[in-house]
Amino acid sequence: MVYLIVFLPLLGSIIAGFWGRRLGDKLSLYLTSTLLLISMTLSWITFWQLSSNHVDKVYPLMEWMNVGDFNVVWSLRHDMLSAVMMIVITTVSAMVHIYSIGYMSHDNSKPRFMSYLSLFTFAMLMLVTSDNLIQLFFGWEGVGLASYLLIGFWYHKPSAHTAAMKAFIVNRVGDFGFILGIIAIYSVFGSLYFDEIFSDVEGLHKLSIVILGFKINVIELIAILLFIGAMGKSAQIGLHTWLPDAMEGPTPVSALIHAATMVTAGVFLVCRMSPLLEFAPFALNVITIVGAMTAIFAATIGLTQFDIKRVIAYSTCSQLGYMFFAAGVSAYPASMFHLTTHAFFKALLFLGAGSVIHAMSDEQDMRKMGGIWKKIPITYALMWVGSLALAGIPFFAGYYSKDLILEAAWAASSNSGYFAFWLGCLAAFLTAFYSWRLLLLTFHGNFNSSKEVLDHVHESPFVMLIPLFVLALGAIFSGWYFYNDFVGYNWKEFWGNSIFISEKHKAFKLAHYVPLWVKYLPIFLAILGILCAYLFYVLNPNLPKILSKQFSPIYNLFFNKWYFDELYDYLFVKSFIKFGNFFWKKGDEGTIDRFGPNGISKLVKNISSKSIIIQSGYIYHYAFAMLIGLVVLITWLLLDYGI
Amino acid sequence: MLSNIPILSSITFLPLFGALIILLTCSDDEQGGKNSKFVALWTSLITFILSLFVLFNFDNDLNNFQFIEKVSWIPLSNVSYHMGVDGISLPFVMLSTFLIPVCILASFKSIKKQVPLFMSLFLILEVLMVGTFCAMDILVFYIFFEAVLIPMFLIIGIWGGVRRVYSAFKFFLYTLLGSVLMLIAIFYIFSKTGTTEINEVAKFSFPYEVQILLFLAFFASFSVKLPMWPVHTWLPDAHVEAPTAGSVILAGVLLKMGGYGFLRFSIPMFPDASIFFAPFIFVLSVIAIIYTSLVALVQNDMKKMIAYSSVAHMGFVTIGAFSFTNEGLAGSVYQMVSHGLISGALFLCVGIVYDRLHTREINAYGGVTDVMPNFAFFFMFMMLASVGLPGTSGFVGELLVLVGIWKTYPIVAIFCATGLILGAIYMLWLYRRVMFGKAVKEEIVSLEKLSQREIIIFVPITALIFIFGIYATPLLDITQLSINNIIDITEFHQNKNTVSQIATLKD
Repeated sequence: MVYLIVFLPLLGSIIAGFWGRRLGDKLSLYLTSTLLLISMTLSWITFWQLSSNHVDKVYPLMEWMNVGDFNVVWSLRHDMLSAVMMIVITTVSAMVHIYSIGYMSHDNSKPRFMSYLSLFTFAMLMLVTSDNLIQLFFGWEGVGLASYLLIGFWYHKPSAHTAAMKAFIVNRVGDFGFILGIIAIYSVFGSLYFDEIFSDVEGLHKLSIVILGFKINVIELIAILLFIGAMGKSAQIGLHTWLPDAMEGPTPVSALIHAATMVTAGVFLVCRMSPLLEFAPFALNVITIVGAMTAIFAATIGLTQFDIKRVIAYSTCSQLGYMFFAAGVSAYPASMFHLTTHAFFKALLFLGAGSVIHAMSDEQDMRKMGGIWKKIPITYALMWVGSLALAGIPFFAGYYSKDLILEAAWAASSNSGYFAFWLGCLAAFLTAFYSWRLLLLTFHGNFNSSKEVLDHVHESPFVMLIPLFVLALGAIFSGWYFYNDFVGYNWKEFWGNSIFISEKHKAFKLAHYVPLWVKYLPIFLAILGILCAYLFYVLNPNLPKILSKQFSPIYNLFFNKWYFDELYDYLFVKSFIKFGNFFWKKGDEGTIDRFGPNGISKLVKNISSKSIIIQSGYIYHYAFAMLIGLVVLITWLLLDYGI
Repeated sequence: MLSNIPILSSITFLPLFGALIILLTCSDDEQGGKNSKFVALWTSLITFILSLFVLFNFDNDLNNFQFIEKVSWIPLSNVSYHMGVDGISLPFVMLSTFLIPVCILASFKSIKKQVPLFMSLFLILEVLMVGTFCAMDILVFYIFFEAVLIPMFLIIGIWGGVRRVYSAFKFFLYTLLGSVLMLIAIFYIFSKTGTTEINEVAKFSFPYEVQILLFLAFFASFSVKLPMWPVHTWLPDAHVEAPTAGSVILAGVLLKMGGYGFLRFSIPMFPDASIFFAPFIFVLSVIAIIYTSLVALVQNDMKKMIAYSSVAHMGFVTIGAFSFTNEGLAGSVYQMVSHGLISGALFLCVGIVYDRLHTREINAYGGVTDVMPNFAFFFMFMMLASVGLPGTSGFVGELLVLVGIWKTYPIVAIFCATGLILGAIYMLWLYRRVMFGKAVKEEIVSLEKLSQREIIIFVPITALIFIFGIYATPLLDITQLSINNIIDITEFHQNKNTVSQIATLKD
């Protein structure tokens, strides 16, 4: 069954991709969606099976490469971690496929779009079901490719293909770390298979390696390198710049790839490698700090943006930060739990935003919306559900997972843990604030665009609303439904061998026993955030403007995304081009060619033109030359015989 | 049964037969040109099929040269015409016989003048390439290896672009210096060992100082062919001026002769010198990867950009070869085969649009995807293969090289891996500028779609790159035993060196 789950999307992708034009739009739309629905059903079935019998399995496919000890076999691994990822991926993907039938109805190349979506799903499934690191990397780059293709789907728009390129390249920077990490793992463990690596970690965790005279612990090095990969894919601070730009892609893509699934691949990787990370305390600290900083940093930018999709994109970035610092304090189950609930409510928010954009004739600027809740009440209600879940209001999905993460951070009782806790709390306040800012700006107040647009505002068709309902169910109930299994007292039994927490790290165990104020503080802050948003955008709409003027340096910093793009442009883009030109003009042409081939041919020419002068034809020239020769010869002979 | 037929010589000289037919029968008019195309195509296809026989009858478990043929040539001095293939040469023989029919088919429309001569030169080129890879005698190797220059020189010089004469001479000048030194080295080897048999020479161990000099003499020739930084500047010029098919063979096969030379001569014959020079070669290769990637980034000429990217990719080859590890050496051979296919295909892609628009300026394009969707797919695939996306052969080669070098020098691996980022930058940027955007320029809008013939050219290459990408074992198995031999030699000498070092320390 696992084979079918993984390869049905690929089948759909191939058919729609190569024969889509011949099949026609309708057939390719329905075919890919149906295959995805089957895949989804099967993965739920296998998930329930696995959670009752707890038998991990590896399904082999075929050999990939084999050189000496370097052996890689294509295979599908089915354990709890991959099973959970599979239900998340296939469910969101199936919903997005169905939603796209409506959303892309005006587009000219639907088969291509569906083909890319299915290709993405396949690559993502390969990633999570991998049994070894190389296949995981295959999926990793595969989703990167699909993301590149989908961001640049509207390749006529310069902004779209620029964003696509940026996404691929920034991810490559992360992959640079990732592939070196994989290679380092192989050099230490002599294997690329998870089981073999994990069984050897304990004996090898004191090993070090010398690079440029520095002695470095190998496990720490590996963990950091892998985390660099995770930072790229999951848009953590420093390598996050591609994610907001990725919103140039069609909205269903943002929901599937840039909210629910692909960006969580980094979190998945960290959880998958938990048996190794547990022996890398320094790397775990780094993960905690980077995660916490991303959570707050992205939230501050989210406050100031006006593009409805970008606000949600920064929110995704920020939520990924939560998942990372949860993993950083060794609360991997909490991290996976938040990953799952987040997938539902964030996909819901994105698809809801898509529904708004669809209704607004492709307008994304919130300043041009407002007051449309009466016209699209269903979308409005569903956006509320999504926002409530995101803000962590009790009994919605996000409440269970986000609170647990903050509690675990507190319970870690380490410096980095407290750091993460406080920043996380502040980010929770900001999350609630910008979520309601979005709701209020979009749906309430006065309508700020032309009348034609207003007349055109309409509720989306059912084919788009049904996926929203399904995801809303997830956003409401997934927290409650999964709580006991994922993070309850039986978590060890549920996750089996797929997640490992060292006895030394107690944060996750103690998360259930934190002081009451730690439990209630996030909820309190979230409600405060909502009230603030109400104050700012309904009661006193002038307040944001006054504040942004009063604190204009800070506001500008946030609004301009902390100037990361400008910095990178200056540091890398410009200097690369400068160096390239320098090497080309000064290096290749100015030095190598000048003194190499061109120089030699010039030299030969000079010498030959000079030697022409010698052949002058005058007898006395020749006689003189002979005389000199004779003198030299005699001198040499005399010297040689030592007379 | 098969062992009685001199199959390697048949593969080598069948194209010569075809070339003679063309030169003798086809006149230089339209009809003659047409006939010559088909004679050339069929000859090269039959050659390819013959080489498949070798491939299928090659025994991976036999640790020696196979299909050996030996005829005494200069009896007085023990030089003989001696042919055979092992795990290292077979992939290159296959690569040559595969790419030639592709090139011939690709030149059907783009070559307008002196077609019969062009076709026969390609067949002669095939003779010399296959001969180079099959030769088991140094002198025979040398003759084939150097003679390859002549048809290539003519192809660039006659059918090339505007600056073809300058490029052809630059190409010649660079390679000449190396070949003179190599010839002297060969004479020296012969005078010392009394034989030019590759197998026999490899058994002879030269004194350390002599090895250093001989290594440098061979290095002068192979490093130019490969090419390594800083003797790479002939390559961009040669590529830019060469006709499409010439570029394909140049990048696809001729560059690999340098890498093949390292694996066949330098490392097994002068192991101590190779160990001594390895760090030096790593430095040059790392410079090549970073430097030429950055130069590729700022090129406005598509062919020049791909030519520079070749230099960067060849950096991986040398790093893998001199890592002296199983993975590194296997990766080196794999990378050469894979790069032969990928860069060949990239030059074909450039040729496709060049044939239509007659410019290689990147800025002249934009929005080609709209008008040529099939081409967009193939170009995209080749671009991704070039940046080493998993699932394409480029990934396997680069990965294995990185694994191999990490074992000996992790720091080199780190520098080497930056090539993955830089490669992505210039290739994606190229693709974006050529293919994406809206087709607004009139000449772009009126571009023709890919013809049936052009699709037929791309399909087999695409399939091979993909298959080698997801199922690398067959090719790796072919090379395995021959690589083990090299490792045995280098390991033996590395151990010997450490033993002698310890001995001197004790003294």
